[in-house]
Amino acid sequence: MIREPLIFEISNEGKSAFSLPNIDVPVKEDILKNLPVRKEIAGFPQVSEPELVRHFTRLSKTNYCVDEGFYPLGSCTMKYNPKVNEKIANNHKFLSSHPFSPIDLVQGNLEILKMTEELLVEITGMDAFTLQPSAGAQGELVGMMLIRALLEEKGDPRKIVLIPDSAHGTNPSSAHICGYKVQEVKSNKSGTVDLANLLNAMKEDVAALMITNPNTLGVFEFDIKKIAEIVHAKGGFIYMDGANMNALIGNCRPGDMDVDVIHLNLHKTFSTPHGGGGPGSGPVGVKKELIPYLPVPLVEKGEKGYFLDFDRPKSIGRIRSFYGNFQVVVKALAYVLSLGHEGMKEVSEIAVLNSNYIRKCLEEDFHLEYKTPTLHECVFSDKFQKVHGITNLDIAKRLIDYGVHPPTMSFPLIVHGALMVEPTETESKRDLDIFIDAMKKIAQEAKTNPNVLKGAPHETYVRRLDEIGAARNQVLKWEGTAAQNEKD
Amino acid sequence: MRYISLSDKDKKDMLKKIGVSSIEELFSTIPKDVRLKEKLRIPEELSEPDLIRRFEEIANKNSYDNYISFLGAGAYAHFIPSIVDCISSRGEFVTPYTPYQPEVSQGTLQAIFEFQTLICQLTGMDIANASLYDGASGAAEAILMAHRINGKPKLLMANTLHPHYKDTIRTYTKNLGLAIEEIRFTESGATDFSDLKEKLDENTSAVIIQSPNFFGVVEQIGTVSELTHKNKAMCIVAVAEPVSLGLLEAPGALNADIVVGEGQSFGIPMSFGGPYVGFMACAKEFVRQFPGRIVGQTKDVDGKRGFVLTLSTREQHIRRERATSNICTNQSLCALRATIYLEALGKEGLKELAWQNIQKANYALDKLSIVKGIKRKFTGDIFNEFVLEFERPWPELEAYLQEKSIIGGLGLDEYYPELKNCALFCVTEMHKKEDIDRLFESLKEALLQS
Amino acid sequence: MYPDNFYYTKDHEWVRIEGDKGTIGITDFAQKQLGDVVYVELPAVGTNLEFHQTIGVVESVKAVSDVYSPVSGEVVAVNTELNDSPELLNEDPHGKGWMIQIKIRDDSELQKLMTVEEYEKFLEGLEE
Repeated sequence: MIREPLIFEISNEGKSAFSLPNIDVPVKEDILKNLPVRKEIAGFPQVSEPELVRHFTRLSKTNYCVDEGFYPLGSCTMKYNPKVNEKIANNHKFLSSHPFSPIDLVQGNLEILKMTEELLVEITGMDAFTLQPSAGAQGELVGMMLIRALLEEKGDPRKIVLIPDSAHGTNPSSAHICGYKVQEVKSNKSGTVDLANLLNAMKEDVAALMITNPNTLGVFEFDIKKIAEIVHAKGGFIYMDGANMNALIGNCRPGDMDVDVIHLNLHKTFSTPHGGGGPGSGPVGVKKELIPYLPVPLVEKGEKGYFLDFDRPKSIGRIRSFYGNFQVVVKALAYVLSLGHEGMKEVSEIAVLNSNYIRKCLEEDFHLEYKTPTLHECVFSDKFQKVHGITNLDIAKRLIDYGVHPPTMSFPLIVHGALMVEPTETESKRDLDIFIDAMKKIAQEAKTNPNVLKGAPHETYVRRLDEIGAARNQVLKWEGTAAQNEKD
Repeated sequence: MRYISLSDKDKKDMLKKIGVSSIEELFSTIPKDVRLKEKLRIPEELSEPDLIRRFEEIANKNSYDNYISFLGAGAYAHFIPSIVDCISSRGEFVTPYTPYQPEVSQGTLQAIFEFQTLICQLTGMDIANASLYDGASGAAEAILMAHRINGKPKLLMANTLHPHYKDTIRTYTKNLGLAIEEIRFTESGATDFSDLKEKLDENTSAVIIQSPNFFGVVEQIGTVSELTHKNKAMCIVAVAEPVSLGLLEAPGALNADIVVGEGQSFGIPMSFGGPYVGFMACAKEFVRQFPGRIVGQTKDVDGKRGFVLTLSTREQHIRRERATSNICTNQSLCALRATIYLEALGKEGLKELAWQNIQKANYALDKLSIVKGIKRKFTGDIFNEFVLEFERPWPELEAYLQEKSIIGGLGLDEYYPELKNCALFCVTEMHKKEDIDRLFESLKEALLQS
Repeated sequence: MYPDNFYYTKDHEWVRIEGDKGTIGITDFAQKQLGDVVYVELPAVGTNLEFHQTIGVVESVKAVSDVYSPVSGEVVAVNTELNDSPELLNEDPHGKGWMIQIKIRDDSELQKLMTVEEYEKFLEGLEE
């Protein structure tokens, strides 16, 4: 395979992949005379259009993606991304609309926002939604801000947010930015929130419990209503991280579980693609008493059609420019409308079936720390392989050789050497079996040929990378030095 | 459902393997009282042709198609070369996750590394991150970062900072106990240095200004940074229209400490406000306090060059509540678009683009400000936006223009009550001379009517 | 393996006493748990440290660990070599990988720490 240089390394003076018409207004030569002008943009690339297309096409081929194969990254819901949604979202009537356009000229956009809000309300059983948060983590932050604003109005914002030890790292981080101290709640033997521990921790200075349901083990918090009761009894709120909504959609609703605030990840459950790390969208749903605090603006319908309501005196304010990741919302709406209520229910059913099939097929080969029944994902560990000196990292890298993407390894923190597998509903039995076979082969190799795992992956564009060197000796941009160039 | 790949037989075989008789049994851990008893009240499944038709109907309710627009104010209409759409829509870029497995993500990682380099070159800073949500939340992240670095309790914000950026900063910092003061602008439309001097003190954590500012006026970053540094505060420069960096001096060369901005102008459609891409760059000494993902260069076991996500211990998945930001998913695909765009334009292309913007906007400004009843509001040099003050109420003029299929500028009194009957206009390379002349004629007519 | 003239803590710091000064670092056990150290954050000379106050942070690629002061006192020296060579913490944790030196305020605090025998026993308990 051709090794693709950095664009800066193939750049040459005078080339460009861009053309503009000649300027058609009279030119004022002295226009820059009072301005701080730069001589040049030092180092900026100069390449032709064909060179640029080849550069990125070659680079693209070194990426693994959902379009290529199975991507069982736990808690990330890497499902197939329907192509029609891209086509719909790329309608130039959406793409070219300026966010400050007169409202009567963008009624279509506002209808999309309102319709999506209403459908999300129905799907989750909440009372209202804001579509503004740019991704899940910003949704969490908004959710915590809403709770804080309401508590402040009641006279005391409180000090602490409780977070189970199995939670995503964004939860404590978001709570912290909102000014709260984080206190951990222990999980019990079945991997769910320990009620005694919660009861103990739930004091009058606790603002909220942030809970993921099903949690990161894929286990449904069976006592969710009791948990909510304990928290509500002391005047606290239930914040639900909706990252795992794919397990529930169409079959049960967080609103019916006494959840007060929830964020969804449109780039997970609603299949807007991940784009190699965004853009996402993290709408936040709330119960009635929190509606006044939602970020400005909200879309409303009046006599003359839809409008943006900025007159919301209790609102927490703005959390970004304009109205959210509109184009992502369009894709999510297209997804919901193409599924309908039946399809929506099938999503969670097949996601749960696929996950349980994998779990059953692999439970003898890989350790399951928690034996509790799971929904859409399950968390194995490397415990059986560790005796041969093999870790979850080795297993993950070897999977790449077998043509599938590795599972999540970095959490939950309560499982050492975790392999969190989330297949999603879109996978064929054939793809599931390819993964299962690969995992079984790896379990064998761990015993018979551990070195082949240690050295994996073998066939990729690059092999295992020196992350320690990257952190110690930071090279964070192209510097134009010969030392940085690749040596053959 | 067309996105499910299991046949009925597959389902049966799998249930048998699992040892249950129905899918329903797999949901037994969910208590009955929280299960849905009725169907969701959402429409029936739509076929692909019906779905497309449905969205075309909705899209057709957007009726600005035959209008010329002079809106800017944080979202800019620029030409997008075809290769940007073409390359960035490849499944290999659209459908992977965040590049946690570098061996199968070099495409994304190298593109981000190039993005970081381009942002450093444009801003004149040492390091840049992999992207933030947008310019406004990026500005808020910069304020939080400055506060982590020096812990001081006061923030000075130029009144000429984009109102959305100001509002977002207020929301994000609400619980920091930061006292926020705004710095006035002068008749030139730029930041008032005497007001800045007066308000700057040893308790000031940071000063944030935007250049070109919300009125399109180019700020004197060098003077601001000098005053700021005298008081040991950090100088943060926001860039909402980064095409300006094709001509204007890099904020880093004018001693900014942190540069944040909105990358929408770089090949990202306006899309009614999002998704866009925030960028952020700073001096190397602050790397430990830098938010967001960073890609670094390294070698693989065979000595081949490769790229990885690095310095992750700053981030939420490791440092949890002590992370430098809660950001996780960012705007990778938009950053890719910006990378392709900037590499397509290249050194000369971006310069030429900026040149055409500043020329056309000044042509429009000169032409419009001689009309009777129109006054150039600010004397300061502009890039591609400017403020005009009208003798007649702006809403009436705006309505008149709309009848002539022109979307005029953005009325400012909602954001600046003192700027009554003022509007902000944007002119880019997308405007032909005759578009500007049409605006001129229409405004003249509108003003004559009274 | 663990020097017998050091005092140890349950958080795996060590302190070596010379006169009224104490040199502080993290133990071999701690560095092994962390893996390859890529960054060390140290306090400024002159900082006054309370007993068990955070003196700094040690980072590997995938973990962050706080380091606490085993005794109270004023920081009189820091090992600046760790800025460029954090790997010294892995290579020689009880020697060249020292982190700070402090002027001990109250040597009765040493009684709260473990001797080498006690520390080795404590480690055995952890490994079970």
